[in-house]
Amino acid sequence: MNSTVVFTLMLLPLAGSVFNMAFGRRLKRPFAGVIASLIVVASFVLAVVTWLDLLAKPSNQRVFDFTLFNWISSGSLHLNVGAYVDPLSVTMILFVTGISSLIHIYSIGYMSHDERFSTFFMYLNLFVFAMLVLVLSDNFVFTFLGWEGVGATSYWLIAFWFERPTAAAAGKKAFIVNRIGDFGYLTAVFLLFNYLGSLSYMKVFGSVGQLSHGTVTAIALLFFVGAVGKSAQLPLFVWLVDAMEGPTPVSALIHAATMVTAGVYLMARISPILHLSAGVGTLIAFVGVITAFVAAMAATSQTDIKKVLAYSTVSQLGYMFLGIGTGQYVAAIFLMVTHAFYKALLFLGAGSVIHGLHDEQNIKKMGALRKLMPTTAVTFIVAWLSIAGLPPFSGFWSKGDVLAGAYQKSPILWVIGAVTAMLTAYYMGREVYLVFFGKQRFDPAAKVHESTKVMTIPLIVLAILSVFGGALDLPVSDKFRFLENWLTPVFGNALAPSSMSSLSRLTLGAMDGVFAIVGIGVASALWIRSSSRPGIEPRFLASGWGIDGFYDRAIARSSTKLSESFATVVEVKVIDRATMSMGALVGLAGKYLRKVQSGYIRNYALYISIGAIVILGYFVTRAGA
Amino acid sequence: MTVPGSWYLILSALLFSLGALGFFIRRNILIMFMSLELMLNAVNLTFVTFSRMLGDIGGQTVVFFVLVVAAAEVVVGLGLIVAIFRRRSSATADDLSIFRG
Amino acid sequence: MTDLLAAQTSLPDLVTFLIAGCAVVLGALGVILMRNPVHSALSMIMTLFAVAVLFIEQDAQFLAAVQVIVYAGAIVVLFLFVIMLLGVDKRENLAKDQLRGQRPLAFLAVLVIFVEVLALSNGKWASGAKATVLSTSSPGSNVVQLAKSIFTTYLLPFEATSVLLIIAVVGAVVLVRRSDLKPGHAVEETEDLETESEMK
Repeated sequence: MNSTVVFTLMLLPLAGSVFNMAFGRRLKRPFAGVIASLIVVASFVLAVVTWLDLLAKPSNQRVFDFTLFNWISSGSLHLNVGAYVDPLSVTMILFVTGISSLIHIYSIGYMSHDERFSTFFMYLNLFVFAMLVLVLSDNFVFTFLGWEGVGATSYWLIAFWFERPTAAAAGKKAFIVNRIGDFGYLTAVFLLFNYLGSLSYMKVFGSVGQLSHGTVTAIALLFFVGAVGKSAQLPLFVWLVDAMEGPTPVSALIHAATMVTAGVYLMARISPILHLSAGVGTLIAFVGVITAFVAAMAATSQTDIKKVLAYSTVSQLGYMFLGIGTGQYVAAIFLMVTHAFYKALLFLGAGSVIHGLHDEQNIKKMGALRKLMPTTAVTFIVAWLSIAGLPPFSGFWSKGDVLAGAYQKSPILWVIGAVTAMLTAYYMGREVYLVFFGKQRFDPAAKVHESTKVMTIPLIVLAILSVFGGALDLPVSDKFRFLENWLTPVFGNALAPSSMSSLSRLTLGAMDGVFAIVGIGVASALWIRSSSRPGIEPRFLASGWGIDGFYDRAIARSSTKLSESFATVVEVKVIDRATMSMGALVGLAGKYLRKVQSGYIRNYALYISIGAIVILGYFVTRAGA
Repeated sequence: MTVPGSWYLILSALLFSLGALGFFIRRNILIMFMSLELMLNAVNLTFVTFSRMLGDIGGQTVVFFVLVVAAAEVVVGLGLIVAIFRRRSSATADDLSIFRG
Repeated sequence: MTDLLAAQTSLPDLVTFLIAGCAVVLGALGVILMRNPVHSALSMIMTLFAVAVLFIEQDAQFLAAVQVIVYAGAIVVLFLFVIMLLGVDKRENLAKDQLRGQRPLAFLAVLVIFVEVLALSNGKWASGAKATVLSTSSPGSNVVQLAKSIFTTYLLPFEATSVLLIIAVVGAVVLVRRSDLKPGHAVEETEDLETESEMK
């Protein structure tokens, strides 16, 4: 195992970002993007090298903790900048760098007309760096650096077109809502340090058994709060929908494939802690499945092509948390990876449509694009079938694993999850039909065109991955469960044992397929011809269950009023007056003290002698005695 | 036997005080400077006295260095006075009070 | 006082000390009280000579010689030169100080310093550690002992003083040199002087 490789792949994107910061504007248009993309591809290659290295080792010796340098040493707190290389983190870096590479390449085409082309790639590279820090770090604080790093880059990228007030507001919203989650994360870290005296993964996971049940539960809950914020679960999911104001590749990379899965990764990473408090697991499972259902319902009524996908992402993340909560960590990671494939594909396809239609995002004003954008249409449909869970697409296998685990934990979870699966197939079908089928509803004069190769090739690659991604973990026989065999040593006994007979598994799988087909069938029946059905698109759902409005009334407005009163009363009467009077006091003192500065040397000498008198007096009275 | 060391110390304290007094009350820069030299001499005398009382040549070594530094100081100080005098044609310290607060 | 006199002090030493001590004090008073700077400088010579005598009295022959050569010989002459050069040998009115409160405060401060120094010289300070550098009872004359100390223990400071002297010389030259030798500053300088002389 070579630590240089690991740290190189982690630091390369940072170097790329710095390079673009310094020279990006002087480069001709595509080069900034090409360099950024090449760097991420290089990172991906190194990630593959690391993976192969790790694969060659026996499965019980696949954990490495590398230290780059000592970062903070303060009292009993010792933190390193280090990398924790194990099958889980390697899985993460593989798919993060892989998806990032594709989206970087795609962005070269998508952002080609943008004025701040190189700035965009600077942020994008910085994001990849932060994400790699998050997944590779070997302690909770360095992870937090990455955690905040992706938050900051996410903020910059959501508000990339900051001249639009909505984009700027959306960036702010994402940032503020995420702070709630960060509060949870930080408090959990404080607790860990307080009780265990260490924050490195190795030590914490080794000694977590010493903690009392209550403490473990509190820590797990607080980490879950952090994950809820980052991964947009109920009740903090509102920011993700607004985050769609960012450029579409950003939505694909950050708000679908990678950053929002950081919460899931964190939960998987702290599986030894979660394992010790069963109650939190149940809570996570329920929050996950309810989020999945609520978001899927909201997705059925959206008219913005990206907002459908945003709610869909929230919903799919809910599934991942369902997997975590039921102890099916491998299934959650499996779903995370396949979801990254097809959701990135959906977003990039949507981006291709938006690009082709000159920034039109309303699906009611699209239609019949199938013939004009054949590649986009085909890949988008592949992604739809995959997310719908139609066998043998990748979504079927991963979602099937999660649902089987949910059934094992509680049938209620399974029922909600299955209904949501049906809804997923339906709302994605609605989007596909409204965009690519039916009558042409956009301005016929618009020159609609298929996107360039630099954009369609990533689509094709992702489509292939979406189709065959299921091969990562086929439940056919133990031999084909690559991902499970690979990840099981990481989770150990935190992993819920499978107690299902192969018959019931088979039945569940068949039912999953049926649900997918039903969802697709309903969507086809309802939307293949028609473009408007107000009856099943209630405004209530279109506004995301009114949750945003509720937050606005309950929290935002009252706090605005409070802030205003602070601004007019406290600011003016207390703070201003205090600072002004401090200034006046100093001025008054100066008015009299300036007379001491007579300007006469003899006077100054006298003052000096008075100082000497005091010092001599000290010696006479104290030291001499 | 020579006079006890404390007599010398009293004498040098007196010399130092007179030097300080001169520095505080005279306005002529040159005389202030001379007062400074008096104070230096008072300290030198103390050093030599202590050197004798403690039987250590170190005190005299310090005086040697003080003499050198005093010489250098006088050279630069008088140079400054000459330069100032050229500009203002007065040797009164009280005229140089532009740093008044 | 009588104790001290009784304590085996030889008469010549006592007489020398008393005469030299009086000269020191009188010279110092002369420096600070004479209205004419030239007289002040001459009084200072008296003090410096008397201090040299006291040095000899305390077995510091080398320093006494240096005191006479450097102080009385060079430094005071330098003072006199400057006084003559600048023509400031006019009388100063000592009856009244323009700075309010300066004079009483000065007397008070000086008095306190004097008392404090006296108190200190009676304290344990005057009998600290003995002979840390080189004992005065070691072989060789005063000059040999001093040379040993300077050229062994204090070699580096000694070298540093040589640099200091060079800097002082260069500094004095730079300060005193008339800057109208420089073409750039010449005009400004002369104008300045002209306006000043006009003001007079």
